[in-house]
Amino acid sequence: MMNKSILEVNGLTMDFGGIRALDRLDLDVRPKEIVALIGPNGAGKTTFFNCLTGIYLPSDGDIRLVSPQTGKQSRLNGLKPNKITKKGVARTFQNIRLFSQMTVLENVMIGTHCRTRSLILGAILRTRKTRKEEQETIDKSYDILEKVGLSEQANEFASNLSYGAQRRLEIGRALATEPFLLLLDEPAAGMNPQETADLVTLILQIRDEGHAILLIEHDMKLVMTLSDRIIVMDYGKKIAQGTPAEIRVNRAVIKAYLGEDVGSDNA
Amino acid sequence: MITVKEVKRSLLVSLWFVFLTFPLMVIKVNPFERTVSWRWSNMVYVAIGTFVISLLAKAWFVRKENRLSRQQEDSCRARTPIIQRILQRPGYRYPLAAFLLGAALVFPHIFSTYQANIMTTALMYIVLGLGLNIVVGVAGLLDLGYVAFYAVGAYSYALLNLHFDLGFWTVLPIGGLLAALFGVLLGFPVLRLRGDYLAIVTLGFGEIIRLILENWNAFSKGPSGISNIPRPGFFGLEMSLDQAMIYMYYLMIGLLLVTIFVVNRLQDSRLGRAWLALREDEIACQAMGIDKTRTKLIAFSLGAFWAGLIGVIFAAKTTFVNPASFTFMESAIILSIVVLGGMGSIVGVILGALILVLLPEYLRALSEYRMLAFGAILVAMMIFKPEGLIANVRRVYCYKGKKSNTSLKNDE
Ligand SMILES: Nc1ncnc2c1ncn2[C@@H]1O[C@H](COP(=O)(O)OP(=O)(O)O)[C@@H](O)[C@H]1O
Ligand SMILES: [Mg+2]
Repeated sequence: MMNKSILEVNGLTMDFGGIRALDRLDLDVRPKEIVALIGPNGAGKTTFFNCLTGIYLPSDGDIRLVSPQTGKQSRLNGLKPNKITKKGVARTFQNIRLFSQMTVLENVMIGTHCRTRSLILGAILRTRKTRKEEQETIDKSYDILEKVGLSEQANEFASNLSYGAQRRLEIGRALATEPFLLLLDEPAAGMNPQETADLVTLILQIRDEGHAILLIEHDMKLVMTLSDRIIVMDYGKKIAQGTPAEIRVNRAVIKAYLGEDVGSDNA
Repeated sequence: MITVKEVKRSLLVSLWFVFLTFPLMVIKVNPFERTVSWRWSNMVYVAIGTFVISLLAKAWFVRKENRLSRQQEDSCRARTPIIQRILQRPGYRYPLAAFLLGAALVFPHIFSTYQANIMTTALMYIVLGLGLNIVVGVAGLLDLGYVAFYAVGAYSYALLNLHFDLGFWTVLPIGGLLAALFGVLLGFPVLRLRGDYLAIVTLGFGEIIRLILENWNAFSKGPSGISNIPRPGFFGLEMSLDQAMIYMYYLMIGLLLVTIFVVNRLQDSRLGRAWLALREDEIACQAMGIDKTRTKLIAFSLGAFWAGLIGVIFAAKTTFVNPASFTFMESAIILSIVVLGGMGSIVGVILGALILVLLPEYLRALSEYRMLAFGAILVAMMIFKPEGLIANVRRVYCYKGKKSNTSLKNDE
C-alpha cells in the first residue's frame, strides 16, 4: 500500500423499512485512485453514494474521511450534505440534477459556493472584496467549463444542453466544489461511443490533477479501462473486489451478472 | 390550422359548460310567486361564448407552438421579448429610467393629491411585491402568510408609539427588524417543509397573527384597533393633510428606489444564485455545499423585513390599524402581484403591482368583482404565460479581461 486511505467505510448498513439496501459494506479509497463500483440494478450502489454524501443517514457502520492535505480525520455519519461537500467530497447524480433554468456557467458557479463567503452586506454594498470574489468565481468556473468542454455553451440554459453535455456539466459543477474525492454515478449512461471516449479522457485528466474517483458504471469497457480497482456489489453486499483482470474471471461476479447456471469466462 | 377534432373538442367544452352553469344561468326560481322561469337564451350565450373562447385559446396555442418551433434554431436573443430587448440596451434603459423617475417626481404636482394617494398605495404594493418576490419568486418558498409580517410592522409602530411614544423614523427600522425576527422564528421550524406543506403552515401563521391581534384586547385593543397614529414627521415641520400625503408619496418613491437597488444587487450575487438554485433542486443544492436552512432563512427573513417596513409605513399613512387590514386577502393580492408579474423579475413585479392595484381603483365597477377578476387573470396567466408578464432573463458574465458580452439581465 503506497498511500494511506482517504476514505474508509466500515460495516456500512442502510435499511429502508424491511429492505436492507446496504449490508455491512467495507470499502476504502486511496489518493488519486479510480475505484469502480459495479453490480446489477438495485444492488445499492446509489444508496451507498447517498449515505456517503449525507443524503441518507446510515442505519449502522462508519464512514471516515481523511483529508490528504491536512491529514485530519473526520466521521461523516450524520453530517449534513453541505458539510460533507465542504470537507471535500463531491458527486454527480444518476438522474441528472442540474439547475435547468440557470445558465451553464451559473451551474458551475453554484459549485464554488462552499469555497466562497460573501453574504447579504457584501452583496448589497458590493465591496471590493465581494467583487473580487465574484470575478474569481466567474474565472474559475470558466476554466472548469473549458476543461469539461462546455465553454462555448457557457451562457446557454443548462436544459438546452445535449444529454452527454449535461453529464459533463454535472462533473464540472462537482469539480467546482474543489473535492479530493469525486463520486460519479453512471456518468456514461446515455452517451454515444464518441462521448464515452471523451469522458474517459476527462476522467483520466481529473485523476491526474489529483482527485480520487469513485465511479458507478454499467459500461464494462469503460470500467475495465479506467479503474485501478473494482468493487462488485449485489443485494447490498460486497461480493468481490480486485483489479479489472481479477474481476473479469471472478466466479461470484459472473454468477451475479449472468445467473446461477452460466459458467463462461467472458464477463 | 384548426382541425375538425379541435372543433369537436370545443363543442364538448361548451356542452360541459352549459351543463355546469345550467342551474345558475338558466333556472330562475321566484320564491314569492312560486314559479320557475327558464332562461333558455342564457344557455345559448354560454354555449356560444365558451365555444368561441375555447377555439380562440386553441388557435393561440397552435400559433405559439409554431412560433416556438420556428425559433428553436434562432439564438437566445431572438427569443427574448421586446420589453427585455429594450431594457437590455443601456442606450434605452437609462433614458427610460430617467423619464420614469421624472414622471414619478412630478406626478403629485400634475394630478390631485387623491391620485398621489392612490399611487402611494400602489408603490407600497410594489415594495411588498418585491419583498415577497425574494421569498416566492427567487427562492421558491410559497409563503401564503406574508401579511403576518406586514401586520407585525404596522402594529410595532402603533404599539411602540402608543406606549413609548416612539416616532416614525425610529420605529421604521425596528418594525422591519421585528418582522425579520418573526421570519426567523417562524422559519426555523417551518422551512424544512416543502411546497404545499409550507404554503399551508404559513397560511396558518398569517391567520394566527391576525386572530391574536383580534382577540388579545389587552395587547392590541382587539378588533377596534389603534387610532391616532402620527404621520411621519419632517424635522418637526407642521404639515397640512395634503402636504403630508405628498410627503408620504415621495417617501415611498425613495423606499422603492432603495428596494429596487437592494433586491437587484441581492439577486445578482452569490446569495441570489443560491436562492435560484434552491428553487430548482434542493438536493443538488445541498450536494453542491449550500446550507439549505440558512439560505432559506435569509430569504424568508429578508422578505419579512420589507413587509415590516411597509407595515410601519401603512400604519403611518392610514393613522389607524386594526386586524381587518391583515386578512388572507392581502397575502393573496401580494402573491398575485408576484405571479402575474413574473417570478423573480423586478420589472415584472412593478408591472404586476400597478395592474392589480390601479386597475380596480380606476375601474370602480370592477372592484366588486375583484376576487373574480384575480381568479380569472391568474388562471389565464397560468395557461397562456406561465412565466409571468416579464420572464426573468439570466445574466451573461464576462470572462476575465474578455470584453464582449453585454449584460442580458433585464432588471436594473
Ligand atoms: N429512499 C428509498 N426508500 C426505499 N427504498 C430505497 C430507497 N432508495 C433505494 N431504495 C432501495 O434500495 C435498493 C438499492 O437501490 P439503488 O441504490 O438505487 O440501486 P443501484 O443504484 O445499485 O441500482 C433498491 O431495492 C431500492 O428499491
Ligand atoms: Mg443507481
